[in-house]
Amino acid sequence: MAQETRVAYGERLAELIKENENVVVLDADLTKSTKTIEAKKACPERHFNAGIAEANMMGMAAGLAASGKTVFASSFAMFASGRAWEIIRNSICYPNLNVKVCATHSGLSVGEDGASHQACEDVAIMRALPNMKIFVPCDQYETKAMIDYVAKIDGPCYVRMGRGKVEDVYNENTVFNFDKVDVLRKGNGDVVLFAMGLMVQEALKAAEELDATVVNVSVIKPADEEDIKELLASHKRAYTLEEHSVIGGLFSLVSEVKARTSITTPVTPIAVNDTFGESGKMADVLKKYGLTAEHIKEVVNG
Amino acid sequence: MDVNNLKQHALNIRRNIVKMVYAAQSGHPGGSLGAADILTYLYFEEMNVNKDNVSSTDRDRFILSKGHCSPALYATLSEAGLMDEDLLKFRQLGSRLQGHPNMNYIAGVDMSTGSLGQGISCAVGMALANKLDNKDHRVYALCGDGESEEGIVWEALMAACHYKLDDLCVIFDQNGLQIDGNVQDVIGPLPLLDKAKAFGAATVECDGNDFESLKNAFEFARQTKGVPTVIIAHTVKGKGVSYMENNYAWHGAAPKEEDFKIAMEDLKEVR
Repeated sequence: MAQETRVAYGERLAELIKENENVVVLDADLTKSTKTIEAKKACPERHFNAGIAEANMMGMAAGLAASGKTVFASSFAMFASGRAWEIIRNSICYPNLNVKVCATHSGLSVGEDGASHQACEDVAIMRALPNMKIFVPCDQYETKAMIDYVAKIDGPCYVRMGRGKVEDVYNENTVFNFDKVDVLRKGNGDVVLFAMGLMVQEALKAAEELDATVVNVSVIKPADEEDIKELLASHKRAYTLEEHSVIGGLFSLVSEVKARTSITTPVTPIAVNDTFGESGKMADVLKKYGLTAEHIKEVVNG
Repeated sequence: MDVNNLKQHALNIRRNIVKMVYAAQSGHPGGSLGAADILTYLYFEEMNVNKDNVSSTDRDRFILSKGHCSPALYATLSEAGLMDEDLLKFRQLGSRLQGHPNMNYIAGVDMSTGSLGQGISCAVGMALANKLDNKDHRVYALCGDGESEEGIVWEALMAACHYKLDDLCVIFDQNGLQIDGNVQDVIGPLPLLDKAKAFGAATVECDGNDFESLKNAFEFARQTKGVPTVIIAHTVKGKGVSYMENNYAWHGAAPKEEDFKIAMEDLKEVR
């Protein structure tokens, strides 16, 4: 099946807000898009619309968290991470408050809205913040497990979700371990594909022909550096796949881990190459910017 | 209310503000001195904060949105017996008394602030939490008039009025000056009262350096139901130190030895 990660978020959040009376949800006039409207329907008294004012929404989130609430604050990734960045830094991360920034509509897969709404820098700017933890689920099942997980851990979290439907990688029986990267397929030891978000699906599609190892890196911070090192050391070539800028995301993470070791495995990025996106259907945009299984195979096969 | 008693506390706070900034040779004396009476009133008359509840959130809260006036907050917490730090270590390496307040270092600091405008936004969140928890604690946010130039201040006030946060009291410390000069010459944020009223807040003006006037304003705020209150507190920047009064050059400058002596002489006794 295919499902939007944001839809899974809305469904799980609607349950969570009923299960946990400490949970408060904030949105910035995008409840129908981010799907926090489901939480609003479930528990209207603990869902607040901040209006089109993302900066203030994050400040309100900080104040609620400073009074002991577990706060989920949602908007599009562009505005949640970008518009509100400095409030997230100074009022949430510096005091280490319990706010879960759950951003939807990340990356180029936003599609028709075009570059102004395609956040391809969000992981980079969130990664740079002390105390911030970063999660990028690849499908609906991982999303739901992650929402449960971030609700349980203390402190600021950024969860990066998408607008469009993504195919299932996992199923309802999957048990997730967010302390580890997830090796979804073991290859012949030649190629390892580190993937994030919807690129996990593309990696899996490309992997059979390449006989590549496929790794879902869904916790970007704190990352499972030990396993990343081992996977780098045990393969001849590594590729990082992300619907995100080549600067500051998964390629940076894997390269940074590698740089602290004597491992010589080359790491090649497949990412948004320091450019803005454009309008178009999700599949067309992803294809044009090289974020498909076909392009992965081309790059790996040289 | 014992005005003479409050005046003595305010004087002690002002002396410590100058000592802290002098010792650090860094900090913001002007706004701190101007706001000293507001903080004195809040901590000695208005708020239900004491030694026993200072570490809890189950009490009134104060957010110094104009976080650069941390010397005033630290000196007040110290004067009220709510904080045990060595004031003379202010802004020095290893001290909990950061240049701008950190809530995780000091129990009496209710929010980490310093980046202007954000404190009022956080205060809105706290007042919302009070409502959710059916608490009638009050939340006070002190903002500068220059600070009101930040757009988030008005986003926050819009939300506070929309959610009818009548436990919230925003105090604009209107001393008319900011780093680059007179607020009206820099960008012209005034009149703040009309703007706050237009957003839907209950508004009142007072002399922020006069305890009777402050009392009337805070009593008005307490009696206000259904909307947040905005107090425009007119203050004198640098109040109490002759050469600092109404001089924006002392927004963020530390006195040297001669100036320090004059300041201590100016602040020798209650006037």
